[in-house]
Amino acid sequence: MSASAASSAASLSTARFLRGLVVPLIALLAWELITHYKLANVHLLASPSAVLKNLTFQIEEGELFSQLLASLRRDLTGFLLGSFAGVLFGSALGLWRIADRLLGPSFDAAKQVAVFAWIPLISVWFGNAEPAKIVFIALAAFYPVVVNVHEGIRSVSREHVEVARAFRFSRLQTFKKLILPAALPSIFSGLHLALIYSWLGTLGAEYLLAPAPGIGNLMIEGRESLAMDKVLLGVILAGLVGFSLNSVATRAESYFLRWRVRNA
Amino acid sequence: MSQSAVIDIRDVSKQYTVKNEVLPVLERLSLTINPGEFLSIVGASGCGKSTLLRLLVGLDREYQGEIRVGDQQVTGTSLDRGIVFQEHRLFPWLTIEQNVGLGLENSPWGEDKKKQAIKEHIELVGLTGFESAYPHQLSGGMAQRAAIARGLVNRPSILLLDEPFGALDALTRSRLQGELQNIWQREKITMILVTHDVDEAVYLGDRVVVMQPRPGRIRKVVAVDVPHPRDRSDPSLKALTEEVRAEILHVSPSN
Repeated sequence: MSASAASSAASLSTARFLRGLVVPLIALLAWELITHYKLANVHLLASPSAVLKNLTFQIEEGELFSQLLASLRRDLTGFLLGSFAGVLFGSALGLWRIADRLLGPSFDAAKQVAVFAWIPLISVWFGNAEPAKIVFIALAAFYPVVVNVHEGIRSVSREHVEVARAFRFSRLQTFKKLILPAALPSIFSGLHLALIYSWLGTLGAEYLLAPAPGIGNLMIEGRESLAMDKVLLGVILAGLVGFSLNSVATRAESYFLRWRVRNA
Repeated sequence: MSQSAVIDIRDVSKQYTVKNEVLPVLERLSLTINPGEFLSIVGASGCGKSTLLRLLVGLDREYQGEIRVGDQQVTGTSLDRGIVFQEHRLFPWLTIEQNVGLGLENSPWGEDKKKQAIKEHIELVGLTGFESAYPHQLSGGMAQRAAIARGLVNRPSILLLDEPFGALDALTRSRLQGELQNIWQREKITMILVTHDVDEAVYLGDRVVVMQPRPGRIRKVVAVDVPHPRDRSDPSLKALTEEVRAEILHVSPSN
């Protein structure tokens, strides 16, 4: 790639980034105008400047950082546990037909139960505190990983398996050289989804289980004291964290799967 | 790197069972292939030629009769029999160099010798400079060259080719046919080519086995006594091509 092609690609992505900002900026402006001219009840819709003020206040108090950190720690712990278990379980389903036959149907049935429906059971079994939250987040991460790992392994092409047989690959060689790399795109999509679901799960767990430091808690406090600036700050932070996690996952994916055909 | 051996196919039959119905694919087929020979197998689709090749590779072990290579019965795949499929079947996540190297995964050679063999075979198929390209960056013809290099890299004494140029455009196809002839002359190994392209079969083969379908049998074996390297415009090649074509058309006038 020539330098000019590289720079034009860069300016293209800058242009795309700027275009993506148009709608949020307009929304922000509309929001400020609505609250400024009191077109809506200010007690129910705080102004952007009020949210900003609350943000600086929270930062000065040292609150924000610890709340954010608590949520992220919870999120990542659940994500790691859930996706680790998901990779193991999904691989078992994909690699051993007998595991698929025995466990597949039950898993498919369990998958139909909305993840939030497990909360009553989880709170009975694991209590209301941190362990229960992490179990819930792990469960949210578990499903998409299992489904995608299973699918990835099953999608290994017969044609490539014949190549492996022609070269007399052992089971281990076949796994390392063929199954794992062939399944990798699917595994990554699973992990990517798990990262998003576990963040949603984090907020859900913080909201539905016992209060503890976290972004969800910030929002509950705000709601209970009718401090809408605090609630909205929580919403914005939750969105920003989700957005960042998503873009980290996208980057990791395109780095590790750079052999794939680039879609324009 | 064993010496080339005689391939002996004796009374081989095979059938598929589809919904309790037995479909014969090959019926009592016998053929002897000499070491270093270039044998073409040609026939209309459904004549069982690809099935026969899969049996020779050892990818399919369910058949009646006997297939021997030297004094060994074929019971599975062997590193001594390389294979090139119709689709290149390169692994998309590996570079060309790494794909060719797949053929050496189970080779007893040392690292240096492997590297050397990979380099030589990439050169042999004219892909020098593309070692670190990924398959999707290559044209169909180049990918098929890489597949040929992968099939030859551990120096098998037999190379089996299953319609290797079937998916390529006419120009690339005839260029690769010429190159395959050169490779065969240089490597002096046995090559068995399955194809539905009569010109290709006659241009490359020392003998052309004409198969007929339902069930798959050998209709005729035509010897092509024209020395290699061959010239496509050679009149005796043309006459033999017409002879083979007539044999096939006679069998299936609908095609």
